[in-house]
Amino acid sequence: MTKQSPANIATIPDEGIDKGGQRLTTDQITRVISRHLEEEGGARLKIYMETCVHCGLCSDACHFYLSNDHDPKFSPAGKVKQALAPIIRKKGRVSVDFIKKASEIAFTECNLCRRCVMYCPFGINIAYLMLFIRRICHKLGVVPQYIQDTAHSHSATMNQMWVKEDEWIDTLHWQEDEARDEIENLRIPLEKEGADIFYSVIGPEPKFRAQLIYQAAVIMNAAGMDWTMPATSGWDNSDMCMYTGDEEMVARLKKVHFEAAMRLKTKRIVMGECGHAFRSVHDVGNRYLGWKMSPLSVIHAIEFYYELFRDRKLRVRQKYSIPVTLHDPCNVVRGGGLHELARYVIHETCSRFVEMHPNREHNYCCGAGGGVINCGPPYTKKRESSSKVKADQLADAMARGAKVIIAPCHNCHSGLEDTVKHYGLDMEIKFLGDIIYECIYK
Amino acid sequence: MMHEIFSFVRGPMVWIAFTVFTVGSLYRFISMWRLAKKKDSVVFNYFSFFYALRSIGHWIFPFAGVNMRKHPAMTVVAFLFHICLFVVPIFLSAHVIMFKESWNISWRWLPDPAADIMVMIVIVCCLFFWGRRIFLKEVRYLTSVSDYLILAAVAAPFISGLWAYHQWTAFSAVMIVHIISGEILLMIIPFTKLSHMLFFPFTRGYMGSEFGAVRHAKDW
Amino acid sequence: MYHSYWDWNVGKKIIADLSQWRKTFEWVEEPYVSPDGETIAAIVKPEDLKFSVCANGELWENYFDKIWYLRFKPNNSLVALVSKDSRWTVAVAGQTWENGYDFVWDTRFSKDGKRITVAAVNENKYFAVTDGSPWEQTYPSLSNLTVSDDGRNAAAVVQSILFNSGEIFKFQQGCYTAAVNGKAWGTNFLNIWDMSFSPDGQHLAAEVRKTLYDYTIVVDGQPWDKNFLSVWKPKFNPKDGSVTAPVKVRGGWALARNGEIFWDERFLQLWHHQYSADGKNIAAIVAPRFGQWTIAVNGRPWPVTFNNLVTDLVVSPDGRRIACAAKSDGQWYIAADGQCWDNGFDMVWAPVFSPDSRHIAVKVEKDGRFFVVIDGNPLKMDFTAAWDPIFSPDSEKIMIKGIGCDGNESQYCRHILNLYD
Repeated sequence: MTKQSPANIATIPDEGIDKGGQRLTTDQITRVISRHLEEEGGARLKIYMETCVHCGLCSDACHFYLSNDHDPKFSPAGKVKQALAPIIRKKGRVSVDFIKKASEIAFTECNLCRRCVMYCPFGINIAYLMLFIRRICHKLGVVPQYIQDTAHSHSATMNQMWVKEDEWIDTLHWQEDEARDEIENLRIPLEKEGADIFYSVIGPEPKFRAQLIYQAAVIMNAAGMDWTMPATSGWDNSDMCMYTGDEEMVARLKKVHFEAAMRLKTKRIVMGECGHAFRSVHDVGNRYLGWKMSPLSVIHAIEFYYELFRDRKLRVRQKYSIPVTLHDPCNVVRGGGLHELARYVIHETCSRFVEMHPNREHNYCCGAGGGVINCGPPYTKKRESSSKVKADQLADAMARGAKVIIAPCHNCHSGLEDTVKHYGLDMEIKFLGDIIYECIYK
Repeated sequence: MMHEIFSFVRGPMVWIAFTVFTVGSLYRFISMWRLAKKKDSVVFNYFSFFYALRSIGHWIFPFAGVNMRKHPAMTVVAFLFHICLFVVPIFLSAHVIMFKESWNISWRWLPDPAADIMVMIVIVCCLFFWGRRIFLKEVRYLTSVSDYLILAAVAAPFISGLWAYHQWTAFSAVMIVHIISGEILLMIIPFTKLSHMLFFPFTRGYMGSEFGAVRHAKDW
Repeated sequence: MYHSYWDWNVGKKIIADLSQWRKTFEWVEEPYVSPDGETIAAIVKPEDLKFSVCANGELWENYFDKIWYLRFKPNNSLVALVSKDSRWTVAVAGQTWENGYDFVWDTRFSKDGKRITVAAVNENKYFAVTDGSPWEQTYPSLSNLTVSDDGRNAAAVVQSILFNSGEIFKFQQGCYTAAVNGKAWGTNFLNIWDMSFSPDGQHLAAEVRKTLYDYTIVVDGQPWDKNFLSVWKPKFNPKDGSVTAPVKVRGGWALARNGEIFWDERFLQLWHHQYSADGKNIAAIVAPRFGQWTIAVNGRPWPVTFNNLVTDLVVSPDGRRIACAAKSDGQWYIAADGQCWDNGFDMVWAPVFSPDSRHIAVKVEKDGRFFVVIDGNPLKMDFTAAWDPIFSPDSEKIMIKGIGCDGNESQYCRHILNLYD
């Protein structure tokens, strides 16, 4: 037994945590937490905390642990030990400094990627425990500033990026115009009732990556799909409230999203290449509303592209010749089993594919997911240094020839961009849609 | 005095131990079930027997999961330990004979030399676990006093049993220690981290259900 | 209301052949049909980079750079959002409103179709415009446009206090309010979402969040005394003016009235409640258990449940009957009066009641063809496209509107059928 010096002070300045913490007293913390434990601390929490035999076998699952010199503070169980165990043991009687540190751990040192669930012999869901802490932090108002701001945007605009109603529609008009320069009479059908497909995207697409909407429109057009997008809120399928612990807002966001698709009498929701949104729509948000599974079927872009190639709706003009590797995003692979479908699409469109190792369900997280990148610049350094194992994995794929990383998830995309830059890897990151757009007959 | 203690631990105490274990386990199951019904309905809503068994199957089969292959020594030790831990107390000739004498029921037992080896395996495994807690920093960081105490509680009946069986010094006193420590072990199972024995099928099964039925992915 | 003037003579009327349109124009968007079935219209491209609307084969005389959201008003006139030289406005039957704006969207009609309101923006200043008259006040943002039944009053959620992105604590003090006909309530909230006008248009109720954790209903700027874990859209009782809303309390969702719990029952979910015209009955979509959906009338759930969803709850004109669309095991169904109709479909639209409340007709889709189901029996007509059926004012006839009946896949016809033949 050794006494580790408890690093119980949050080390990185963050207005959301610092100012949020200033408003708190120990009594208040105790009151809020004990009420929370009473209301929401159920059998899962109890059993997970009790059955963990402290074997440490989860450590090797975690890229934070692996990237930070095997520092046990970063192991999944180590994070639970620091940020949750004292809360349970002291029944919420913890200090403001403790909460601030717990918030930093839960929000910025765990991507909720659930890899450790596959490494724990008991299947203890560490992501659930980290989210439990995040929800406590939400209730205490001690959430990192950037992601809290995003949650506010969700609540005020029903999208992640403060995009106003008119800006959304205008962006679609603009992308439609742009696309018509390339493909005459291409249409982004707005509010087309009874279309087969309701296509939804995440807030950053109209804000920063509008060309992805353009590409999606070209793909839909080439495949002859009957599709539509709403001119109302509900177009954004993303969900940072899921990561700040604001479950009431998660429910509201998903209601708006599903009801937009239902109002338009569409048969299924096809979503862009986003991982966390898939988790929210396929797995999490529906539950908060009482839908066991999503009420309309939800098809992630990977599965959609797979269908298009399988059914010969898209034809490849020329395969993409630069060697590619695939980053399996946790939320659609560990959370949706789409890994083989992604490989199918790659084999249809690319001539050289290099596997990275580990892969599929065992792939390392990009380091950005779970809302971590959304906690913003204060944590960029930590995020980059905690992606060392990812960088090694990418470097290995690069050594075996891969020049392009396909990452069918927005968060992964941004995370990998930072990693590639930080570690000086000569690799480009693309969406599956980028590749398909490049190589199909339009 | 010795005799009185012996007949107490050999008689009423056995009843107490088995009762505490059984009632305690039942209590844990029922209270956890009720708590889950109240606050974790998700567990019932998404439980799938097929996927639960698929997951459990992969985790009770040595080296079926990636992490087991990553830690071969730990895997071998963990499986040997758990197998011997269960098999020895139930199939030890001395124990079976006691059941025979008490209730006239019996079953096949292990040859004593085999049992002897298995007991030693358990003890060596406990040493291995102890060593992990001391020498592996990721385990050391997680370890608290209670983890050592539980390890000691598990090892005690096996060490004392081996001692008594081989009739080393003061073996009759050690026999009492053996019986008491065995009874204590049984009694603390439902109320300590040893309850992982009770809840393993549920935690693993629930995760297997979520991964299999909802997420279409493996969890091993 | 206009139905009685419409042509209710039994028979089939061929209105237009869309194949002609497709030959004439290289671009024909999906068509829309007027409530009386006499007109079919679509956005078309008569010239390069110029758009117009073709209604029964006739083009609007004005061409535009862009047209979107073509819709028929309840009184059968045709409205679209149009732009010329980067200025957007509303065109009614081809004639534009006088003023243009940077952008317009979210077209809303009064129940009788006489009034039109849209949301608009000029130089980042947001407001609503009713029949060409903009609000006097403008706001830094505007959403959730809502109009009263008579269309005389319009409300929207507006931003009342400016904050920069990242100013989370300022946001948490409340920076949003509602504006009615341009005038802000004066009280600010973290968030305001769905709103409802009272039937007379004089009062406005809204879902609000007062803090990150406290949700309640606000009526004319005044919040209810009690806070809840969450709330859904409030509704006014058409008779006594009281306000009800689904609210989340410990133990589930309940219906509350004027801040007090009104239904004793708790549900896993409860939303989209509707009043009967006399205000005596309330029906709502509910989930009595996780993953089980149905309708509850005055708190009592139907015995039949659906495991995917229930939507499009409709109350009959006499207030005694309820119908809805529902989905179970991937199939869509129609349910009415507590019972599920036999056939499953690929899609079901909102049920339509006859004025005497005795009949229900529903547009459905199966294997890519569209049908109308009346009182559980599918009509023996199928279409490549169809619109909601409408009953005649005397409830004796029904109008079926569709393309592709009788073998001609591009011909749009309106059919008047006698219900009792």
